[in-house]
Amino acid sequence: MMNFLDDDTKERKFHEENFPWKGIIGYIMSIVLTIFAFWFSLDHVSSLGPTLFVILALAVLQIFVQMFMFMHVTESDKGFPWQTFGLISGLIFVIAIVALSMWIMTFSSMAS
Amino acid sequence: MSTTIDHTGAQHGHDSHSSTGAFVPLEYSDPDNAIKIFGFWLFLAADMVLFACLFATFIVLRTHIANGPDAQHLFDVKGFIEETFILLTSSFTGGMATFFMRHRRVKGTVAWLTVTALLGMAFVGLEITEFVHDVGIGATMQTSAFLSAFFTLVGTHGLHVSIGIAWMISIIVQLIRYGITPATARKVFIVNLYWHFLDVVWVFIFTVVYIMGVIHA
Amino acid sequence: MPPSHLSHWGLLITGDPLIYGADASIVLATVAIIFVLTKYKKWGWLWREWLTTVDHKKIGIMYLIAAVLMLFRAGVDAELMRTQLALPNLHVLGPEHYDQIFTTHGTIMLLFMAMPFIFALMNIAVPLQIGARDVAFPFLNAISFWVFFFAAMLLNISFVIGGSPDAGWTSYAPLAGAGFDTGPGENFYLLSLQITGIGSLATGINFLATIFKMRAPGMKLMKMPLFTWSIVATSILIIYAFPALTVVLTLLLIDRIAGAHFFTIAAGGNPMMYINMFWIWGHPEVYILILPAFGVFSEIAATFSRKAVFGYKSMVFSLLLISLISYFVWAHHFFTMGAGAGVNSFFAVASMLVGIPTGVKIFNWLFTMFHGRIRIKMPMLWMLAFIPCFTMGGMTGVMLAAAPADYQYHNSYFLIAHFHQVLIGGTLFGMLAAMYYWWPKMFGFMLNEYWGKWAFWLFNIGFYVCFEPQYILGLMGMQRRMYTYPKGMGWTDLNFISTIGAYIMGIGFLVLVWDIVYSIKYGERDLTGDPWDGRTLEWSLPSPAPHYNFAVIPTITHRDHWWELKQTGRQDELKIHEQDIRPIHMPKNSGKPFLIGLSFFVVGWGFVFEWYILAVLGLLAIFVMMFMRSAEQHPDYHIPVEEVVHTETALGRL
Repeated sequence: MMNFLDDDTKERKFHEENFPWKGIIGYIMSIVLTIFAFWFSLDHVSSLGPTLFVILALAVLQIFVQMFMFMHVTESDKGFPWQTFGLISGLIFVIAIVALSMWIMTFSSMAS
Repeated sequence: MSTTIDHTGAQHGHDSHSSTGAFVPLEYSDPDNAIKIFGFWLFLAADMVLFACLFATFIVLRTHIANGPDAQHLFDVKGFIEETFILLTSSFTGGMATFFMRHRRVKGTVAWLTVTALLGMAFVGLEITEFVHDVGIGATMQTSAFLSAFFTLVGTHGLHVSIGIAWMISIIVQLIRYGITPATARKVFIVNLYWHFLDVVWVFIFTVVYIMGVIHA
Repeated sequence: MPPSHLSHWGLLITGDPLIYGADASIVLATVAIIFVLTKYKKWGWLWREWLTTVDHKKIGIMYLIAAVLMLFRAGVDAELMRTQLALPNLHVLGPEHYDQIFTTHGTIMLLFMAMPFIFALMNIAVPLQIGARDVAFPFLNAISFWVFFFAAMLLNISFVIGGSPDAGWTSYAPLAGAGFDTGPGENFYLLSLQITGIGSLATGINFLATIFKMRAPGMKLMKMPLFTWSIVATSILIIYAFPALTVVLTLLLIDRIAGAHFFTIAAGGNPMMYINMFWIWGHPEVYILILPAFGVFSEIAATFSRKAVFGYKSMVFSLLLISLISYFVWAHHFFTMGAGAGVNSFFAVASMLVGIPTGVKIFNWLFTMFHGRIRIKMPMLWMLAFIPCFTMGGMTGVMLAAAPADYQYHNSYFLIAHFHQVLIGGTLFGMLAAMYYWWPKMFGFMLNEYWGKWAFWLFNIGFYVCFEPQYILGLMGMQRRMYTYPKGMGWTDLNFISTIGAYIMGIGFLVLVWDIVYSIKYGERDLTGDPWDGRTLEWSLPSPAPHYNFAVIPTITHRDHWWELKQTGRQDELKIHEQDIRPIHMPKNSGKPFLIGLSFFVVGWGFVFEWYILAVLGLLAIFVMMFMRSAEQHPDYHIPVEEVVHTETALGRL
């Protein structure tokens, strides 16, 4: 189970293309996702609940576009790219802060 | 910003190919720089939590408009759409700067970084215009909890972008002076990590603050 | 709120004899320090060897000195409070003054005593344990220290200039807002915590990067010493918790100086959001304080029982599990806020869950000692005192975690007794055990056992006499932060006993200081570098270690590598051969971290008194120094082979 923890001696390989395909595809994807989010929400294509869900999902997809297309998130000079661990645990805590704070503080909007 | 110690005590080689002959980007070519990149990732993880707290505050307080305007009456749809596309484009141009840096093309790197910084300035300019307009119609931080949270969240992002611009300019100067070295390559890589990260934060700002503010009917 | 109505002299002339006493002692101490440094021509030495150092071992020592000084300062606060509460209707302190004292006591003990104590241990032990020559970012490490140091100065100086903060260490809004808390005291709190928080966050990032990227070859994660593992868990918590503190303090500061409405009553502000966000940081923070102590005890239990720690993997797993769960329990600090049964149940259950991995650790330590050849030395003694004390504190914690029952205990002396039992019995005992344990590695001599035992027994007996009665006082209805109480409540006897306990603890602390002073003069030299027959890599080095730590980086094959080599008679594998020595790449000393810390002090001062020009100047100075640093082309140098050979020969290792 914890084998990957010990996998920190292997040299990793980097990939760099001769033409910036990744960047261009990433840019197109981010633009398309954004236009879709604007159209879906501002043209009131659906009711409020599904709209919120869809535009949040699109925003989450944009994270992956930036991470993989621009930020080279899987690269590491040796062994496991530990930043992915940092980002995933960070994401857990981000969701905890936002969701649990909303839950805890709901009573105040019920009271007001 | 700081110095790392390597294990081996040996001089660092500056060649871009490891012993196995595989491609290693310049910014990863010595352990000093590689560890700084990792440290910066950790900083981004922390910055993510910082924005999470600001988002949580905004979400909790977004309906607390007191006697001030609500989101629907305040936000200018055209304005935030413009800001969004400018920042998304600057993320792409920043990515291009990294691409050119990895191909050791100093002119291309400088050019793309300059475009990125200019787009960043356009973004900040639009944001300042928006804030000035809001304040002009009496929607200030002191008006309501909603506006306190709005200005702080969006303003913190804007402050990050402004710092990023100043940082980029200092790196452009260093690139012109020293060319592409392991140290300047690392700086180009890191400032772009920061820039893409701010783009992601903005995606959530336009989704959670602006779109949700405008469509909440 | 702006203190413009105060003349500059009004900040100094308060008419309070306690403050004049503090004024006088500060002036006298400053004059004495300047006199000694000048008389013995030590200014250059101070600057070159300490103020500009980037050596993790020296930074660790400076953290340690600061922590002990702050323990004294906040300890005096505690004695003053207990004196005031010894009998009903006393007026040793006025109510305002009492509020200031309990605020600074809590703030300093947590942020300016416990945190630097932990940072001291991290700095001293972690690079040596993993076979590294320094931390990942030595320059940043020095900034962390100086930022902490000047933040501590900023908070402490509030006592004599402008007035201390008085809204409690938690500084809840709206009490701490501009409407109820005028004057600069609260600003001192906000700014000093903000500044030290920056340093703490940098330390967390620094050590996580160090541990993940700079281990000696062969030291896989599952071969790391448990103290290093505990610092992994601690650093993770620091990275994800401290930004919340930064945000909550900033928002309150914006409320106070810019008139915003995050936490006010008016204009839709919500004070409860302050409480919510404060504890998003605050709860992980208490685990930041306890996890390093767990790591220390794992090292000590194994070393002094001469056995490998029982259940290494479960120890690692429970450390990580505690740091994860600790992020989902924060609302148990405000069950009575009324967030509803669903919320309270979730956070109550999560809080109780923390008991499981913690229990695993307690049992593992017991099993480590079981059938071991135990030697009762000072570190082990503190460990033995920790187990029952912390277990009791943990159990009263589970009582508090039961949300419905918490409505009875909330903010009573029951709570006070509980968190002192876990923080003193857990964190402080752990830090003291670690101080005795690593002292020879830091300074090259041992602390005296005879005086150490006196300090130990006085402090321990004093602890129980002081805090156990407070559980009962809490159940009898005595609330925290009361500056006095009337006769006839039935509280008098227990309060009096508690005060006696506090005095015994105070004497224990003085004996501890005496132990240090005595040992500086008469302490047994540590000539072997391995006085405890240790297990981990730091004990393979001379005491104190040379500034580059390892002349040649060892290759690790075993968990407890040094012990394994000693058991199989292979110590020679770590012996240095002249032909293996290469020039060692090290960072240069720099005065910038000190100046950056000083600039942060100026920024803090500017914001506290709302002299914004000063704040802007300070910020500019920080940016200029960072830019200069970024433009530096050679921040490092190589120690030539001859120098390493010379040093190692002098140490008798070549």
